[in-house]
Amino acid sequence: MFRDRDLGRVFENGQVIVSQGESGDCMYVILHGAVEVLRTEGGREIPLTVLGAGDVFGEMALFGGEPRSATVRAKGEARLLTVDKRGFLKRVHQDPSLAFRILRNLSERIRTLDEEVTRLHLSRNP
Amino acid sequence: MGNETMELENGSRVAVIGGGPAGSLTAIFLLQIAERVDLRLDVDLFEAKDFTKPGPAGCNMCGGIISESLVQLLALEGIHLPPEVVQRGIDSYVLHTHEGTFRLETPLRELRIAAVHRGSGPRGSKPGEWASFDGFLLNRAREMGALVLRERVTHIGLEGGRPVLTGASGRHGGYDLLVGAVGLHPNSLKLFEGLGFEYRPPVTVKTWISEFRLGTETVRGRFGTSMHVFLLDQSGLEFAAVIPKGDSATLCFLGRDMSDDFYREFAGLPEVRNCFPPEADLLRPTCHCVPRMNVREAVHPFADRVVLVGDCGVSRLFKDGIGAAYRMAKTAAVTAVFSGVSGAAFRSHYRPAYREIVRDNGFGRLLFRGVHLTQKAGALRRGLLSQLCRERDAGDRGRRMSRVMWDTFTGSASYRDIAFRLLHPALLAGLLGGTLRPALPLDRTP
Repeated sequence: MFRDRDLGRVFENGQVIVSQGESGDCMYVILHGAVEVLRTEGGREIPLTVLGAGDVFGEMALFGGEPRSATVRAKGEARLLTVDKRGFLKRVHQDPSLAFRILRNLSERIRTLDEEVTRLHLSRNP
Repeated sequence: MGNETMELENGSRVAVIGGGPAGSLTAIFLLQIAERVDLRLDVDLFEAKDFTKPGPAGCNMCGGIISESLVQLLALEGIHLPPEVVQRGIDSYVLHTHEGTFRLETPLRELRIAAVHRGSGPRGSKPGEWASFDGFLLNRAREMGALVLRERVTHIGLEGGRPVLTGASGRHGGYDLLVGAVGLHPNSLKLFEGLGFEYRPPVTVKTWISEFRLGTETVRGRFGTSMHVFLLDQSGLEFAAVIPKGDSATLCFLGRDMSDDFYREFAGLPEVRNCFPPEADLLRPTCHCVPRMNVREAVHPFADRVVLVGDCGVSRLFKDGIGAAYRMAKTAAVTAVFSGVSGAAFRSHYRPAYREIVRDNGFGRLLFRGVHLTQKAGALRRGLLSQLCRERDAGDRGRRMSRVMWDTFTGSASYRDIAFRLLHPALLAGLLGGTLRPALPLDRTP
């Protein structure tokens, strides 16, 4: 209904948005829909998480300069807004508080990872 | 209760006059940043206008473009413009010249600019038919905890150094900080002139904004997802552009002569006529207003416990006024929460960002002088179009002029940055070559 009135770009179900191992020069804000994040190890796809509207991804490659750590693809139709690396980092230098939400997201991810590591440790060493 | 220091503390009270983007964003950022440092503020936001009313009564009157950079900044702040508020996503600009037209695509071929209604659509719209951008931000401020008071402030005074406001419901006092976000309405500006800190309002010019209701299909077919800019040799024409929205198109027009005759001459130019559908009567808009535009900053926009943001302070020249409002709103909020509300705090932390916009507008003046020169001189226009065509044919690499034009018209980069890019030797050589070779085949893509 709102096709004319949306921003960003549409990715169809299953369409790859970023690929593990490629270099990254932008990050993404999810405007509508969802994306799934997965890693490929030894030919197997390991699902990591599903992100929804309002979430940001791709920022790790911008801050660290490392290749993309995971593949992200649309789960259903997803509409995303691209934020380019140079513009984003320039703005963060001008206004560091812009990175606050990203820092909060990253700290939430670290907390989840800590819980996951603890769970794995306990399951192997009951 | 107010405190005696010039710092904001738990329970400090802030009054914001004006619920346009500058006022709402200041309230949002004050509450958001304060919450992050466990500071509880009471923010009263005074706005007499009802943004749910269609037509001028519920509208803050401007073209209604949210720039590429501001769309991204708001998204990073967690403020996502919903489809109800975005009347059309814009991904390209079409330049209309006497020699032909040229389309400039967004670098990422993505809908990155938002055309919005500041109010609830043009005169004659049904209530609720279109959502207001200003109303969206005001609601956001309310959700964040601001108390929105639907009344006009008629007097501002100081009692014991603290702002005291008078409105229809009586006196409102005990504020630790007063934020003026009153736009360019002369009566509202006078409220601050009378406060005795030597505030002098900005220099303004009149602009002409007309809305034409053409129907959703016609707007989509005729204008697509492009903003249309006219680079035409009409003496006195400063800037003219058409912004497509839901079922209407907004014509923004700025000239040295703002008479009816001058507009009639512009509307009769074939390049303008051909841009609109034949049935559109450009002399009979659905909705029309003549708002003012800030072209030179206010003097002394802050004092102890008072700061002015948005158009009543400084704005970017001709472009991205809402982006400038965002920047100054956030700077004011950060200053108030972390450095206090004294004049000295605003001088140290607010003024540098203010001066940066002022300095950048100096580069903007130079750039727009160049645009006017190009409008007047056929050889320059041909040179420009030839360069743009060459860059398009060469693919994505080295599109220097296209990026310069894109950033100039969208307000996506600082004018200083654009001006320095324009001085690149390869670009200057290309422009000069195109200007001296008028026989080059020109693009006439409609």
